[in-house]
Amino acid sequence: MLRKLLIGTALASGLAFAAHAADVKEVQMLHWWTSGGEAAALNVLKGDLAKEGYAWKDVPVAGGGGDAAMTALKAMVAAGNYPTASQMLGYTVLDYAAAGVMGDLTETAKKEGWDKSVPAALQKFSVYEGKWVAAPVNVHSVNWLWINKAVMDKIGGTEPKTFDDFVALLDKAKAAGVIPLALGGQNWQEATMFDSVVLSTGGPEFYKKAFNDLDDASLKSDTMKKSFDNLAKLVTYVDPNFSGRDWNLATAMVIKGDALVQVMGDWAKGEFHAANKTPGTDFLCYRFPGTDGSVIYNSDMFGMFNVPDDRKAAQIALATATLSKSFQSAFNVVKGSVPARTDVPDTDFDACGKKGIADLKAANEGGTLFGSLAQGYGAPPAVANAYKDVVSKFVHGQIKTSDEAVTELVKAIDDAK
Amino acid sequence: MSTVATSQIKLTPEHARPRASVRSRLQDALPKIVLAPSFAITIVFVYGFILWTIYLSFTNSKTFPSYAITGSRAYQRLWGWTFDTDPPSSWYTSITNMGIFGFLYIFICLALGLFLAILLDQKIRGEGVLRPIYLYPMALSFIVTGVAWKWFLDPGLGLEQTLHQWGWTSFHFDWIKNKDFVIYTVVIAGVWQASGFIMAMFLAGLRGIDGEIMKAAQIDGATTFQLYRRIVIPLLRPIFLSAFIVLAHLAIKSYDLVVALTSGGPGGSAWLPSNFMYEYTFKRNEMAVGSASAVIMLMTIIAIIVPYLYSELREKPR
Repeated sequence: MLRKLLIGTALASGLAFAAHAADVKEVQMLHWWTSGGEAAALNVLKGDLAKEGYAWKDVPVAGGGGDAAMTALKAMVAAGNYPTASQMLGYTVLDYAAAGVMGDLTETAKKEGWDKSVPAALQKFSVYEGKWVAAPVNVHSVNWLWINKAVMDKIGGTEPKTFDDFVALLDKAKAAGVIPLALGGQNWQEATMFDSVVLSTGGPEFYKKAFNDLDDASLKSDTMKKSFDNLAKLVTYVDPNFSGRDWNLATAMVIKGDALVQVMGDWAKGEFHAANKTPGTDFLCYRFPGTDGSVIYNSDMFGMFNVPDDRKAAQIALATATLSKSFQSAFNVVKGSVPARTDVPDTDFDACGKKGIADLKAANEGGTLFGSLAQGYGAPPAVANAYKDVVSKFVHGQIKTSDEAVTELVKAIDDAK
Repeated sequence: MSTVATSQIKLTPEHARPRASVRSRLQDALPKIVLAPSFAITIVFVYGFILWTIYLSFTNSKTFPSYAITGSRAYQRLWGWTFDTDPPSSWYTSITNMGIFGFLYIFICLALGLFLAILLDQKIRGEGVLRPIYLYPMALSFIVTGVAWKWFLDPGLGLEQTLHQWGWTSFHFDWIKNKDFVIYTVVIAGVWQASGFIMAMFLAGLRGIDGEIMKAAQIDGATTFQLYRRIVIPLLRPIFLSAFIVLAHLAIKSYDLVVALTSGGPGGSAWLPSNFMYEYTFKRNEMAVGSASAVIMLMTIIAIIVPYLYSELREKPR
C-alpha cells in the first residue's frame, strides 16, 4: 500500500515536472482574436515565435468575446495563475498594473528602443510608473468615413471637408434615394461616432480638454451642446431600422451600396477586404470632416503578467516579436490597423493604411493624438460607459434636448469619477 | 443482497451483532455522506457567496474586490438613481422594466397556461401530439428564443417585412426598435417560451381532480363556467403556487433573453436588474454598485416569496 502510494507520488511529481518543463518553452496567451482575418494575423506571430522555439498555447475562453475574456482573466489572476500575456485594452492594463500583477519589460524596452518608436500617447497605457507592462500591437483610429465609391459617383459627391459639407453630401444621398448614413444603434457605435463629432465641432484642444482631461467647464460648454446638436442632425440621416444593428452589418450596407457612408474605426476596412473591395476603386476612406490632422485612437495591447522567472524568457520573446517591425507590418496589413511604432515602413499597406500611418506620425509629432473616450482610451471604464449611456439615450430619445444631454453628461461623469 | 447478509450472519453468529451495527450505522450515515459534498458546495458557493456579495456591496470595490468597509455609498448611489426618472437612469429603467416584465410575464403565462390546459383537457383527439408541441419551446435556451424572436420581430427582416411583401404595406410593428415598447417584446418572447410548460403543470393538476366532485357539481346544475370558476380553479391552488414560483424566479433571473433579443434595447431601455448588475460589475468595474444591486434583487425576491410561502405553508396543518 505504502509502496503504491510512493510510486504514485513519484509518478505524479514526475508528470508535474514534465508539465513544468513544457511551461517554460510555452507562451500562454489569452485573447479573443478568433475571426478569420484576426486569426490569420495572429498566425504570423505564432510562426515568429516557433522559429525561436517557443510553443503557442491559447488560453481557452468560454463564449469568446472581450467581456468573457476579461472575466476569465480576472478569475485567473485572482487564482494566481497568470497567463504569459493577455490581450488588453486601455485602462484595464493600468488597473492590473495598479493591482501589482504586471511584469516588467523595461530592460527589453530599452534594448529595443520602444521609448522612441512607440507614440507617447500609447505609452500612457503601456508604461506604469516608469515600467513597461504591456506591448502595444496596433493603433486603430476612429475618426474615419467609409464611403461606397459607386454611390458617391452616382450622386456626384466630393470629399467633405467641413461638417456642413458632410451634411450637404448626406442630403444629396437622401435625394437620390439611398440611405445616407449607415449606423448601428448600439451605444458604443453611437459614442464612437460622437467622438468624431466632438473633435470636428470643437477642434483638437477642446476634444482633449473634454474627453481626456474630463474638464467640467468644457463638458458643459456651448461647444458640447453644439456637438450634441450636430449628432442629432446626423441621426436624422439613418434608416428607421438602425437600433441594435451590429457594426459589421452597417458596414455591409455600405459595401452593398444600400447606404452611402459609415462613420467607424478602421477595423471596418477588414470587412471591405473580406468582400474583396479595393480602396480607391470600390470604397473611399476619408477622415471625418473637420478632423484631418488629428487622430482619435484606440489600441490593442498584450499585457505582460508577472510570471515566475523561468517563464520570463518566453515572455520577453513574445514582447520582442510583437513589437518587431516585420510583425507590426504583417499583422496590421491584415488587421486594418496601423503599426504601434512610427518607424515601420508602409510599403505593404494599401492607400488607407498609408494615410493612416502618415496621419498617426503627424498626430504624434503635432500632439493631436487623442484617446477615444468611447473605446475606453479617454477615461476609465466607469466614465467611458457613463458617457456611452448619455450619448445612446440622446440618440434614442430618452434625453430630449442638447441642454439636457450636457447636464446629464456632466452629472454622469462626475458620478462615475 | 439481503440474502447474502443473512447467510453471513448465520455462518458467524458470534460476530453478527457488532458487524450488523457497523453496517447499519454506515447505512444510516450513507445518505449524509453522499449529500455532504453537495451540501458543502451549496453552503459555500450559494450562501457563502451571498454573504460575500453583501460584504462587497459595503466596500469601494472597483475592478477587483477590496476588503475595506467604506460604508453604504453604493446603496446611496442606487437610491439616488431610483428617483432619476427624466431622463431615466439605467437603474430606474431596470427596476421599472422588472416590474412590467415580471407582472405581465407571470400573469400572462398563468392565464394562457390555464386556458390552454382547460382546452386540452376537453378529451380532444390528438392531445398526445398537441401537448409536446406546446411544451417544446421550454426545451430551448433563452438565447435561442431571443435570437429567433429578434429576427422575427425585426421590422427589416421578419413579420413586418413579410406582410409588406404580401401586400399589407400599412402594417407597422417596430416595438423591438422602440425604446418605450421594447420591454413588451421581451414579454412576448418569454411568454411564448414558458406558457407551454405552465400549461403542462395545470394539465397535470386538472387530471388530478377527482371526477366525482365534477359529477356532483354537474348534477347540482352547475354550468361549465361555474364549474371551473367555483370548483376547478380553487382546487388548482397548489399548482398556482408552484407555477408562480417557477415563473417568478425565471423572471428575476432573465438576463440572456434581454441580451439575445435586444442587446439591451435602444439606449439601454430593455435592461433588467440582472443586466444592470452584470454591466456594472464586469464592464464598468464598479463591483460595489453591482453587488449592491444584486443584494437589492435578492431582498426583492425574499420580500415577495417569503410571505407567500409562509401563508401557503401555514395552512397545511389546519
